[in-house]
Amino acid sequence: MTQFLTETLPGLFNYWIVIGLMMIGFYTVIAHDNLVKKLIGLSVFQSAVFILYISMGSIHGSTAPIIIDGNPVYAHPLPQVLILTAIVVGVSTTALGLALIVRINEAYGSIEEDDVLAADLATSEGEEAREEARSEQAEAEEAHAADDADDGTEPTERRPG
Amino acid sequence: MREHTVLRIVSQFVIAPILLYAFYVQFHGEYSPGGGFQAGVILATAIILYGLIFGVEAARVAVPPTLLRIGASLGLLIYGGTGVATILLGGNFLDYDRLAAHGGQYYGLIVIELGVGITVASVMIAIFYVFAGRGRQNNPDEDEDHGQADDYDADDIT
Amino acid sequence: MITAFFNQMPVLVVVVPLLAAPLCVLAHRAFAAWLLYVLASWSAFGMAFLLFVQAKIAGQVSYAVGDWAPPFGIELVIDTYSALVLLLVTGVAALTGIYARKSIASEITIEREYLVFALMLLCLAGLIGITVTGDAFNLFVFLEISSLSSYALIAMGPKRRALLSSFQYLIMGTVGGTFLLIGIGLIFMMTGTLNMADLAERLPGVYDTRTVQAGLAFVVVGLSLKAALMPAHIWLPNAYTYAPSTVSAFIAATATKVAVYALFRFVFTIFGVGYAFGSLPLGTLLLTLAAISMIAGSLASIFQTDVKRLLAWSSVAQMGYIVAGFALASTAGVSAGLVHLLNHGIIKGALFMAVGAMIWRVRASSINDLAGLGRAMPLTSAAFVVGGLSLIGVPATAGFISKWALLSALFEAGRYGVMAVLLVASLLSIIYVGRVIEALYFRPLPDDVSHHQHGEAPLGMQVATWALIAINIAIGVHATPELEATGRAAALLVGGGT
Repeated sequence: MTQFLTETLPGLFNYWIVIGLMMIGFYTVIAHDNLVKKLIGLSVFQSAVFILYISMGSIHGSTAPIIIDGNPVYAHPLPQVLILTAIVVGVSTTALGLALIVRINEAYGSIEEDDVLAADLATSEGEEAREEARSEQAEAEEAHAADDADDGTEPTERRPG
Repeated sequence: MREHTVLRIVSQFVIAPILLYAFYVQFHGEYSPGGGFQAGVILATAIILYGLIFGVEAARVAVPPTLLRIGASLGLLIYGGTGVATILLGGNFLDYDRLAAHGGQYYGLIVIELGVGITVASVMIAIFYVFAGRGRQNNPDEDEDHGQADDYDADDIT
Repeated sequence: MITAFFNQMPVLVVVVPLLAAPLCVLAHRAFAAWLLYVLASWSAFGMAFLLFVQAKIAGQVSYAVGDWAPPFGIELVIDTYSALVLLLVTGVAALTGIYARKSIASEITIEREYLVFALMLLCLAGLIGITVTGDAFNLFVFLEISSLSSYALIAMGPKRRALLSSFQYLIMGTVGGTFLLIGIGLIFMMTGTLNMADLAERLPGVYDTRTVQAGLAFVVVGLSLKAALMPAHIWLPNAYTYAPSTVSAFIAATATKVAVYALFRFVFTIFGVGYAFGSLPLGTLLLTLAAISMIAGSLASIFQTDVKRLLAWSSVAQMGYIVAGFALASTAGVSAGLVHLLNHGIIKGALFMAVGAMIWRVRASSINDLAGLGRAMPLTSAAFVVGGLSLIGVPATAGFISKWALLSALFEAGRYGVMAVLLVASLLSIIYVGRVIEALYFRPLPDDVSHHQHGEAPLGMQVATWALIAINIAIGVHATPELEATGRAAALLVGGGT
């Protein structure tokens, strides 16, 4: 227990931060309705991963990976390069997400997911009700057409134009 | 923010050094910290600052959106073109050693970092224009930048 | 010169579409952009075919980017498994090019058309990159390139709901991508390498660490999100429904398939069969999820009023079939999964194209709007019928071949429960395909239609749809070459990792 408190806990300090940030970000993505907050959560989530990569490349007491005189201990450069790429991906995602939010705001007048979904639901319920009515009508017409056929009259609407 | 004298005067003094610094970071990137991505962002910062202080319309006059569209795609073409050039010189894709007898790696890096810098700067400014100009006027020119926002992730396969 | 070209093909197949994309933006004209798209995608298809042949002869084609020897530099590796997926992706992309011109023009304003083609080229480059790369991190980057461009493509859909669908896809996709990034980070942490072959060599030494187990879990969850496996499928129906028709056809036929490719590339080649399916219960987990996908996807599909949404839900079900095959981790199972991956890509591509042609005509996408089109658009409707029959798995179609292979693999493995589920799901697919066919052929054309311009879809759309249908039937009639190739790929995957 004491070993855990004195060595494991502070020794893995970076990773505790990573886990904490990751969960904060992920929770925000899941729990918040506001689209901008969702995107902020996503950025926090991604940043946690960036720290994870940087932490794994670092060596205690090391310097930046730049060639200078002497032979200093330097951090592993590869994770840093990788994460530079991942940061660019993250920035693109954020930019694209914000662009989408701007357009959602213009189209719906709201950036709350609930409001937007409610607006969609209203239209889609209307559409579905209309579609169902149309299906029923089509079936009724078919039955009607069958009756007509029994009468010997040709159903005119069946003929292709 | 045009009426804020302090901001206007300070930014007049600051913008030129920022631009200069961007070029410093750009052209020293191959052997010291820096490079195209950072330089592009710094360059874009100068233009964005100009846009914030003097208005987006003024910035649009200085750096027209058409130029950005061309810049964004040209940078990517410079990057890829370098790779194709190394292929034509008989090497593999992005095998910089083929570019020159000595120091091919240097030349290759300078050229592709230039490509990255141009693309990043263009796209950053384009994003700023799109967001800042949105809602004030809606000309079709702005819409087209939406798709470009994600063009630039292609250039970082380093 | 010719040999030089052959040697450079692995990278050119990515670079050609990647560089055509900025050219499209520079061209700034819809027609020029379309022409560039067609040229780039067809040349990529040609190179993919040559690579397939090369991989067949040599077993594996390897390419060192920048002439940095692997495992230090980025390596591109093409074996039969990747070559087959590469053929599917580039083939569908090439046919989409023929299809796209009229369809895009009807859904997107002319000033923005060139952007669609630029984005589709970027997406194509990303998808090709995923299949050819031999580097784990490179795979992540290509995955994000293709995902980001597909978010933008979906947002270009004609209805406003496309925006929210795209945003939801963006959130889910990015979470998936980031999970993959964490997984790659964890295995990099334990091995210090990113090259797939090198990883496969070094991982067995650290199999027992919790880091590697967590790494596998993150990779599987992340890529399942991208592949829309059942609990993570929520983004898919909306995204496919509201995207422009061309984009739906392209993405439905390729994007999720490539994600499945990447998933099993990680599981089989990097982690190894014995580890993932022996020491850890991945097989049972994936089979369960696959079975749920099949039933739930088919059930949901039955109750849709919109054709595109119906097809999208059926895609969720079909992903279950594909994953079920791979999850058996036997040569027969992996081969069956791969066959269905290819066949379903072809079938769904054809179906979305046929539906896109109908939407092009009636400007609406509900099943009721398609009433009577069997007479107004006989060829397109016939294409839909053949595609639908193939989806059900009627003999002499590609769907039959893959379902037969799946069933026999499941039987061989003694998974009778999953077999039953598969058969029930196939029966359910008769219902939902039947609903559309009923509307097409057994309902009268509405009298009051203002769009009374009867007649077929434009030639380009017809040609592309029927080309896919023809491939579909060709596979159904003579499946030996395909089965032989997938068998080789399966032997490579199952035998290679251990």
